[in-house]
Amino acid sequence: MRVSLVAQDCGSDPPKSEPVRAGDSQSSSKVSSKGSPRVPRSLLEVGDLGREGIEEVLDLADSFAEVSRRPIPKVPALRGRTVATLFYEDSTRTRLSFEAAAKRLSADTMSFSLGTSSVNKGESLLDTARTLESLGADVLVVRHPSAGAPSRVASWVGVPVINAGDGWHEHPTQALLDCYTLTKALGRRSVGKDRFGGLSVAVVGDVLHSRVARSVVKAFAMLGAAVSLVAPPTMLPSSLEGWPLAGFSYDLDPVLAGADVLYMLRVQAERGAGSFVPSVREYVSRYGLNMDRFRKMKPDAVILHPGPVNRGVELAPEVADQPSALIASQVANGIVVRMAVLYLLLGSAGNQRDLEQDSSKVMDETGA
Amino acid sequence: MPELSTDPKAPCSAGPGVVIKGGTIVDAAGQRACDIVISRGRIEHVQPGCEVPCGAKVLDASGCIVAPGLVDLHSHLREPGGELAETVESGSRAAALGGYSAVVAMPNTDPPIDNASAAHHVLDLGAHALVEVMVAGAITVDRAGERLAPMAEMASMGISLFTDDGTGVQDGGLMRRAMEYARGLGVTLAQHCEDRSLASGGHMHEGRWSSILGIPGIPAEAEELMVARDLMLARLTGARLHLLHLSTAGSVELVRKAKSAGIKVTAEVTPHHLCLSDEEVASYDPLFKVSPPLRPVEHIIALQAGLEDGTVDAVATDHAPHATQAKEAPFDQAPSGMLGLETALAVVLTELWDGRVGSSPQICGEKTTDIGATRQTTGTARSSHSPGMAGSRSIGPAGGRHRLVDLGACLPSGIRLNLMQILTLLSWQPASIARLGSAHPSVLRPGAVASICVFDPFTRWVVDPDRLASKSKNTPFAGVELQGQVRHTLVGGEPVVIEGEAQR
Ligand SMILES: [Zn+2]
Repeated sequence: MRVSLVAQDCGSDPPKSEPVRAGDSQSSSKVSSKGSPRVPRSLLEVGDLGREGIEEVLDLADSFAEVSRRPIPKVPALRGRTVATLFYEDSTRTRLSFEAAAKRLSADTMSFSLGTSSVNKGESLLDTARTLESLGADVLVVRHPSAGAPSRVASWVGVPVINAGDGWHEHPTQALLDCYTLTKALGRRSVGKDRFGGLSVAVVGDVLHSRVARSVVKAFAMLGAAVSLVAPPTMLPSSLEGWPLAGFSYDLDPVLAGADVLYMLRVQAERGAGSFVPSVREYVSRYGLNMDRFRKMKPDAVILHPGPVNRGVELAPEVADQPSALIASQVANGIVVRMAVLYLLLGSAGNQRDLEQDSSKVMDETGA
Repeated sequence: MPELSTDPKAPCSAGPGVVIKGGTIVDAAGQRACDIVISRGRIEHVQPGCEVPCGAKVLDASGCIVAPGLVDLHSHLREPGGELAETVESGSRAAALGGYSAVVAMPNTDPPIDNASAAHHVLDLGAHALVEVMVAGAITVDRAGERLAPMAEMASMGISLFTDDGTGVQDGGLMRRAMEYARGLGVTLAQHCEDRSLASGGHMHEGRWSSILGIPGIPAEAEELMVARDLMLARLTGARLHLLHLSTAGSVELVRKAKSAGIKVTAEVTPHHLCLSDEEVASYDPLFKVSPPLRPVEHIIALQAGLEDGTVDAVATDHAPHATQAKEAPFDQAPSGMLGLETALAVVLTELWDGRVGSSPQICGEKTTDIGATRQTTGTARSSHSPGMAGSRSIGPAGGRHRLVDLGACLPSGIRLNLMQILTLLSWQPASIARLGSAHPSVLRPGAVASICVFDPFTRWVVDPDRLASKSKNTPFAGVELQGQVRHTLVGGEPVVIEGEAQR
């Protein structure tokens, strides 16, 4: 892939013909049509990409992983473009990951976050988003405590918006990096043509309040996995209609032996204080992954966690340190997956074609 | 009802007045093709083919329904305190354009209407308004739900409805005392039913869509619990209870049983709860945020059935203006509420009318006017919108996407109401709940105060937020084509709306 990928000038693309999507959950699958995957204008929900779009991101991420292994892990793909991060919630990890991804693509970055700049001065989300657009942002990466805030922003600005986590709603790039991590860990172990066909994934913990859960369930299911939820009823939505689930369980123990993947959600301390579960201690006793439970898992099963781990809560420290707990590679993979997303939303169509050819070349060479 | 037909020999010469010509009257007495002569604020004659007195203003009503003016039990006029969103004047203009001749202003202003002088202030503002403005007083001081507001001093001004609307009185013991006290004053308590312990933190109906969208939900039971409690308290105290904006199937069923058990209860629903479902929230557009929240279709069907069988007594708008910037926020940060006054009649006609004129017996006049159930007119004073919009069901210039509930055709229930039922719900039944008495007659007959709504039930128009008279634009029906348009509104004999234009 090397140079041809990036020698293109991506600065003068005509605007995409895709309409602005203001959180259209109806059309989740519209963006992928037969033939070559079509690029959504914004990434608000993981479903916006469709199955083919997710596959494309994962393939692109492979190409960028190769780039990242070079002595100078940087390509000029988005030179002259500006990636703006707009964070209304403190999440240094996610922001840094996006900024690192942007820099490796040679994009400029602008960063607005809570506690800095005008975010605190009573300026509305609308005004801040439009200000960033006026300052030359080519894409807005939005993190917000309110579900749907990135969708609102997408309806107000003329540039693509990437949802970097909104309330309890979604965190699509987290799900994409989880899919990428899982692919790397499993090799091509799946059954059938789907990437995760035949895989059994259990998502464990506070699903109700989890944007990660809403994204990973969809993404894993779109790639063919059988996804189930494990949580006390107080931490499940009262309705699961419309969730692409194979099932759910109120107990973790019966699930352990059959799962290929345990996805352990983070427990917010305030949820364990008596209103959703009686105590963190009681939660840990029923849903914490300790060594006893770990030994009941399949030998080749893997553990995912969106991080940061509450050691001793979701995962016992000795479990967190097992090789099958992929937390560290999840973090590392976050950068290349976000590079892929930025490139997909900002790169020109011509560029994508080159990159696709290139990435397939890389795939061949690395002998997938 | 012989008193309905005027003596044909009576002179049409009581000075310059107004004549409503060529329409079909639908009121509590039935339906008939008659002209109406109005003089000095009252109806003088009701008869077919009436001669126009010299100097009288003629309002053409051909092809139109002529009905007692509509009465809204639930308007947030925002003054004092919220003048950026609405004033008594702008809200009353919106009301008049919507066919209303009287509205009840809710007391959740800033400061709230929880004492006589606050009520006087709003009534004084209302004295100059285009429609009759009544106020509801608060049940508790500052609407805080802690101690009783001076209901007697407000009742002595003629206020007959009391509510902490925006919130319900949470404390059952306090609500019991309020009901007992209200019974002694002969006034009605109106409740916004929502149990805070179940509802707090929620921003939409709890169910399939809240689960998918990740928006904290409010279960239907939060409303139903308070409905059930208050019905029991009404039984305990013998007080008269009015339930505001019911939104769930369970609430309707509770009221149905309570009515059959003889409990003195009345209930209203809003136009938006009759046609919009929680699926609309998938846009994350706060235009669809309202309290109580939009519910799934099975609840909508139950509300419509409640209208049909008389369990629900009134359609009330819950007209709740909000400045544009307040709705330019993430869903959970935006305030609840939708405009309603200018679209209510058309929404109900579009969604629920059986499309027929002429099933009721004639009372006077030679024959029931057939105003053509298949006719479709376009283009009246307020509907000169781009033809491209007409027929389109998609809403939302803001978000682009969006499929609106297909008004009038969306539900499997097939519930349809006739014009008499619709006007009962929008006009004289709410007038009776608000105790308007002779100020708002249910029958258009000589001697009655001339508060009248004239509308063409067939005209189609597209809602354009920029053309609404309200100071706010937060209608959920932007871009939606509705059927039925108000042509003239008279309040106490004064034509405040002529040919769809407010006269002041
Ligand atoms: Zn209310």
